[in-house]
Amino acid sequence: MLLLTILVVLVLWAVFVFNGFVALRNRTEEAWADIEVQLKRRYDLIPNLVNTVKGYATHESSAFENVTKARSKAMGAGGNLADKGQAENMLTGALRSVFAIAEAYPDLKANQNFLALQNELSDTENKIQAARRFYNGNVRDLNIKIESFPSNILAKMFEVSKKEFFDLADDDVAQNPVGVKF
Amino acid sequence: MTVFFVVIILFGWFFSFYYNNPNILYFFVIFSVLMNFFSYWYSDKIVLALAGAKEAKREEYFDLYTSVENLSITAGLPMPKLYVVGDPAPNAFATGRDKNNSVVCVTSGLLAILTKPELEGVIAHELSHVGNRDMLLSTVVVVLVGFVSIIADVFRRNLFFGNISRDRDNDRSGGLVVLIGIILSILAPIFSLLIELAISRKREFLADASGALLTRYPEGLASALKKISKYGKPMARQSSAIAHLYIADPKGSQFGKKVMGLFATHPPVEERIKALVG
Repeated sequence: MLLLTILVVLVLWAVFVFNGFVALRNRTEEAWADIEVQLKRRYDLIPNLVNTVKGYATHESSAFENVTKARSKAMGAGGNLADKGQAENMLTGALRSVFAIAEAYPDLKANQNFLALQNELSDTENKIQAARRFYNGNVRDLNIKIESFPSNILAKMFEVSKKEFFDLADDDVAQNPVGVKF
Repeated sequence: MTVFFVVIILFGWFFSFYYNNPNILYFFVIFSVLMNFFSYWYSDKIVLALAGAKEAKREEYFDLYTSVENLSITAGLPMPKLYVVGDPAPNAFATGRDKNNSVVCVTSGLLAILTKPELEGVIAHELSHVGNRDMLLSTVVVVLVGFVSIIADVFRRNLFFGNISRDRDNDRSGGLVVLIGIILSILAPIFSLLIELAISRKREFLADASGALLTRYPEGLASALKKISKYGKPMARQSSAIAHLYIADPKGSQFGKKVMGLFATHPPVEERIKALVG
């Protein structure tokens, strides 16, 4: 009787933990889809930006080429999250240089279309950061559960694999250094 | 809401005492419990009508709208409906029965005096209320408090009116039990109300903490709270029915100082700031 009770409790526990894994994995995948939505939005905005800026800054073709190249590279990068993160970082850098160029052209800076695009792009960048933090939070929860005892036994049994964090170099933390108190 | 609930029950108690008919009290308690459920279910619509809010469009309030959008993504919540109340007093609240029917509302005064990191801190606080399901919790607690007061009342009535008819030659030890029972039945409703208010204050601290976790910048919310509490003037259009929803007391900080800490729905601003930035 005691043995049976222990068995039932064990099975219930296993079901509970397993369902927890399923929920976390799905949430992580959903979070990743959110990131891709925002990344895609940025890819879609870039051709518009290049066309708008080209009309004013005709001598800066190398910057446009850089952006276009970085965009197609980022769109092609798949699978490995580290590579993907690097490609997205390059794209962010190339976009910054385009906006830096725009500073030298007052007509361009006054263009409504350009201003709207600039707003949209900086908003998209904020959204990528937000989606990335939600994704990383879920990955952290999943990885903690996979590694910690006793759920790690079940993780091995059901072959639940850890997920990768999605890192982008320019982080909130890097921009605003944390104050240290003693 | 809580004040309203207590007032209704007090009314009911008074009437039932006057007519010596407990049914009146039960009617009032059940009536206010039903009102509570009703207002919980339709909280988004009722509150907006009370506060006189209008919907915030993305084009008009770009910074506000995108901040809410970004923070909901970070929190993993669906985008709440966003409203702005035209009022110079800085304040904000969130309501709604669940995360799919949630509403976040800010005053135009809040938008005018806060910087973007501060605004994000306030919105993260409100989104945390949605994420932590504080509306559901407070409704459940209010209903529980109502039931405690019914039970305590039933007990008291049985003592006063029921016991006399029964055999009086009971042993002495019964007297002490009855005395303790009377004291408990009087104290229980008061304590349950105090517990309810204490829970409300704890949830404010929790929302501050989860909000800081969302923005990773507790200083933003701290300085926003400082600015809001410094404003001090009451809101032009306020209603005590929804006072507990706001991030700061809509009657202005002068009122907050007079109320004893034990009976406040929100903890003192100084304590909140201290908890945020240490």
